[in-house]
Amino acid sequence: MRELIPETPHVSTLVFEVPEWPGHLAGQHVDVRLTAEDGYQAQRSYSIASPPEDGAVALTVERLEEGEVSPYLVGEVRQGDQLELRGPIGGYFVWQAGSEPQRPVLLIGGGSGVVPLMAMIRHRHAAGAGTPMRLLYSSRSLEDVIYRAELDRLAGGGLAIVHTLTRSRPPGWTGYARRLDREMLAEVAWPVTLGAAIFICGPTSFVETASAGLVELGYPAASIRTERFGATGGTS
Amino acid sequence: MAFISRGFKGRRSSAADSSRLPPGQYLTTGFPVLSAGPTPHTPLEKWSFSITGEVDQDRTWTWAEFQALPAEDITADIHCVTKWSKLGTRWTGVPVSALLEGVESAADYVTAFSDGGYTTNLPLEDLVGGKAWVAFQYDGQPLDREHGGPARLLVPHLYLWKSAKWVRGLRLTLDDRPGFWESNGYNMYGDPWREQRYWGD
Repeated sequence: MRELIPETPHVSTLVFEVPEWPGHLAGQHVDVRLTAEDGYQAQRSYSIASPPEDGAVALTVERLEEGEVSPYLVGEVRQGDQLELRGPIGGYFVWQAGSEPQRPVLLIGGGSGVVPLMAMIRHRHAAGAGTPMRLLYSSRSLEDVIYRAELDRLAGGGLAIVHTLTRSRPPGWTGYARRLDREMLAEVAWPVTLGAAIFICGPTSFVETASAGLVELGYPAASIRTERFGATGGTS
Repeated sequence: MAFISRGFKGRRSSAADSSRLPPGQYLTTGFPVLSAGPTPHTPLEKWSFSITGEVDQDRTWTWAEFQALPAEDITADIHCVTKWSKLGTRWTGVPVSALLEGVESAADYVTAFSDGGYTTNLPLEDLVGGKAWVAFQYDGQPLDREHGGPARLLVPHLYLWKSAKWVRGLRLTLDDRPGFWESNGYNMYGDPWREQRYWGD
């Protein structure tokens, strides 16, 4: 591991140099395998946060206190440590800037579900693509917003970032201040007729609300790709 | 090559449980949900189940007809490719062999197809002989939509993506055709005990 970047009080990014990395697509994940001294192993899947254009592989991991692997990754692993990674994995929840450059993209993320979406945002930027893209991003509070400064910096030029804060708001907050709902989707999403590609990632209840809401608003189910994670940690 | 992760201790399961855990899996007591798109909503009056493809003639059941078929209670350990396993889950379902009774076919493979367009492929022999069901109850209750209700395939000896949620029928085929995840990097067969997660496993 080359670098550990704290993102929020519970979330850190681990940047790995991976020899012979075959390259990846924005949205894919890797399996991380840990081995204890007695040979016991534990594996989990984590989304890749870095764009395909990066040489290194960045994983952004939320520390789940009840978890088996994430407290080790966020807390124990130090610069220079080696980890066993397998991947990239997954060929469905991916976006490639070159494939449909004019088709708008709607990204909807809850909590650390923003990670594979961030790979897409970074990919759009690194590829110099003008694809219209919107991110609707739900966090508990402002300090829980992962990649906040970078999102602020990348916004504009066809990329819109819309936050909603569900638990607490800083003084003077003028953005959304509630859980994602159909009204919010209707306000943020592109008109159905634009045929946007939609990617949703977050906890199950969040993904259910977002995807069902979009279907009710008339978006074709086939245009909506989802990725969910439960209380077990990791995304996949 | 495995090497030691410095300072990693892990959380082992009891010996009794670990003998039931395939390699690389961990136990969960929850029931995580994974699916590639929105949860489909098909009202029961519009629901049907079909056997089609390489068969002498197609078979179709309405929900009421399907409910009238002999069902079984099943207790099974289930294993998701995303690493969680859940032991002793309880289901009620119609054995696939009952649905295939009297069907004449030269097929060796099956594509299960679902509302929402999901498909998955399996060898026919993995669906018969008490190894697979079309399940419509979980823990004595109607199967929740997010877990695949009103009915899903249940093939507990393979990774759970083979147990197609919202299943609407089986298409019998002469050759093994990759389904949805099988076209997207996941193994054609998916035996958890041989850890056949991805292409090349």
